[in-house]
Amino acid sequence: MSEVRLRGFGWRHAGRRAWAVRDVDLRIGHGERILLLGASGAGKSTLLAALAGLLAEDSGEQEGTVEIDGLDPRKARERVGIVFQDPETQLVMARAGDDVAFGLENRGVPAEEIWRRVTEALHRVGFPYGLDRSTAALSGGEQQRLALAGVLALRPGLLLLDEPTANLDPAGATLVRDAVRSAVDDDTTLILVEHRVSEALPLVDRVVVLEPGGGVRADGAPAEVFARHGAALAAAGVWVPGPPPAPRRATAGPGDLLLAADRLGLPPRLESTDLRVRAGETLAVLGPNGAGKSTLALLLGGLLRPGTGRLSATEALAGRHAGIAPYRWRAPVLAGRIGSVFQDPEHQFVQTTVFDELALGPRRTGQPEALVRSVVDELLVRLRLDSLAAANPYTLSGGQARRLSVATALATAPRLLVLDEPTFGQDRRTWLELVDLLAGLRDGGHGIVTVTHDADFVTALADRTIRLGAGDVHEAAKPGGHGAAEPGSGRPAGRAGGAATDPAGGAATERVGGAATGPASGAVAGRAGGAAAGRAGTGSAGRTG
Amino acid sequence: MIPYQPIAAPDAPLARRNPVAKVAAALVVSVALIATVDPVAPAVAIGFELAVVPLFGIRYSALARRAWPLLLSALGILCTLVLFAAERTGSLLWQAGPVAVTTGVLGTALGMALRVIAVALPGVLVFATTDPTDLTDALVQNVKAPPRFAIGALAAFRLVPLLALEWRMLSLARRARGIDAGRNPLTRLRLFGSTAFALLVGAIRRGTRLATAMDARGFDSGSPRTSARRQRFTAADAALVAGAAALAGGALAVSVALGTFRPLVG
Repeated sequence: MSEVRLRGFGWRHAGRRAWAVRDVDLRIGHGERILLLGASGAGKSTLLAALAGLLAEDSGEQEGTVEIDGLDPRKARERVGIVFQDPETQLVMARAGDDVAFGLENRGVPAEEIWRRVTEALHRVGFPYGLDRSTAALSGGEQQRLALAGVLALRPGLLLLDEPTANLDPAGATLVRDAVRSAVDDDTTLILVEHRVSEALPLVDRVVVLEPGGGVRADGAPAEVFARHGAALAAAGVWVPGPPPAPRRATAGPGDLLLAADRLGLPPRLESTDLRVRAGETLAVLGPNGAGKSTLALLLGGLLRPGTGRLSATEALAGRHAGIAPYRWRAPVLAGRIGSVFQDPEHQFVQTTVFDELALGPRRTGQPEALVRSVVDELLVRLRLDSLAAANPYTLSGGQARRLSVATALATAPRLLVLDEPTFGQDRRTWLELVDLLAGLRDGGHGIVTVTHDADFVTALADRTIRLGAGDVHEAAKPGGHGAAEPGSGRPAGRAGGAATDPAGGAATERVGGAATGPASGAVAGRAGGAAAGRAGTGSAGRTG
Repeated sequence: MIPYQPIAAPDAPLARRNPVAKVAAALVVSVALIATVDPVAPAVAIGFELAVVPLFGIRYSALARRAWPLLLSALGILCTLVLFAAERTGSLLWQAGPVAVTTGVLGTALGMALRVIAVALPGVLVFATTDPTDLTDALVQNVKAPPRFAIGALAAFRLVPLLALEWRMLSLARRARGIDAGRNPLTRLRLFGSTAFALLVGAIRRGTRLATAMDARGFDSGSPRTSARRQRFTAADAALVAGAAALAGGALAVSVALGTFRPLVG
């Protein structure tokens, strides 16, 4: 319904030297559906905030004008709805129905009408539960659907979606995109910001690309924009449609055994798991949300005490500490041997400058200051952080923060690197840099374990995958990226066939967990396939959470 | 995720009273019983309070699970006072070494312990039977609390459980970075401080994002707000408060009649 008009629009946040967005001329007609693109830092989120009327006049400096149906957006707030990235911080109430009602209450809608509109909005986004469903019990994808319903119930003429799927696993992202496709009617003008272009294209009919530093670089039908600007956009970090990046296979076979997990688990978060981690090999840990992937990463990182089974480090990894379980090592010993990269980079930042952040690990492991300096300088250059050495880690962009968190783990030169969702929400450029960096480390004899939902990342980098699932563990070789495990389909091939007849749920899980552990070569695809068939039906019975 | 979920059957006659009425009733009883230090008045009140527990739709076993820290602290008070009370008046009941248990000591100790239970039990009952959303609605609608604060607090309350998770991740991430305190208490304190600071930074960021999202949905925009869920303050709610006042008055009256009443002041 709403029309948007920007004339020479610019915004500079108070206290910043650079303009967040500048010189934007744009006319968006009623009912148009726009995909707004731009490299990170091009000002997409600032532009959306301006359209939502969320930039208070005293919070910065404005150039030009922005109008919604001829009005200042701050006065047209009831015409605009916005859905943000983080599901946790946009739900207000404890029950789903109350949350959708929240916006309607704020607008002064009479109580009788509120519940009619709540029910209608929940129906439109395909919300599968009742009004009393606890919002805390929802998955990320369901929470974002609910947030969308809360906005749609207000019947906005202009709907703004600021990377609504960036924090979600692929299944959750699909839920949200489906809801957007079916719930937004033709009258609603839509502006979507999204890194992953091919997933977003079915939802839009026009693409606008912002130029970092100011102006609109491209504007038009998707096919036309990508034909003319595709390569430049890809170089700027945008995920343009096209074939996935080429795989980086290991140049040599796996080397020394580094870690051995025997029936390692932490009930109820992670069931017993057997696996071997080797040098010169990338092991990808896959599986649905709630299967315990992050818990496994923390256990392998020596950060949690195992609830069941044991984790042992070999001499190749731990030297004289090999006889002691990693979770009992002193922190500096651990940091020199196993590096952990957390899902949220900011959890790991403890210093006030990027330089000190990188120097912390080497200093704690007792390196002389001259060596610390050379290690840090080398990492700064290698990860394109050299111009940011004096910056505060908390002020970095998403991609910069991710690179820094990987660099901090590398600074102590650990033989093994454990990463939890390193590619989450990253633009294409950072993604490619990560793949290159990790492939280089692997070929240099490091062991790499990565928890991931990212099928392209698995195809590009993983030499072996392990799938945590409904009560079972599945370890398989992955020759050439397609075979035992097909990340795209989300299912190991071996599991498709065979009848699920094994009645001994728990026992079968443990037995097969052991059987699936690879021999030295790690090639267990055929065996695991047959064994997994026995588990497919019993796993769900053996698992409650 | 909310730490204090109601444990009651929601349609029990007292559980479904207006939350503000329940809080007021609990306050009346608690304040009245703080005023005396004798054991009789709290004992009478506890008797009444326990008698009405089924009307709140709570099973005694569930109440015991929720209230065990309270019982433990009452027991702690009893033991401490029996062992260490300064005034040992009244007749001697038994002597074990330096500990002389007299009727006076036992009376005071029992009074204190019972008082703790009698004062806290109404609050336990009320919060075990009240949904935080309902309480917020009632505060806004029946006592005209500003929605900006009441609903803002409710939304913030939802984020509290996230803090525990965040603390854990921050601690683990510090270990992964090579930082641990070992046995040095000073280092431990500094590590605690740095983790707490990071937690605070994260909490502020999260709070800001939540505030922006609420803002975008028209919260506190100055226009009049409606309420999707109606909370009514009925005659039955008034009766609950009156009943609570009667209970408190009755307990004090029994104590006065038996001559055991000892006011806190004077």
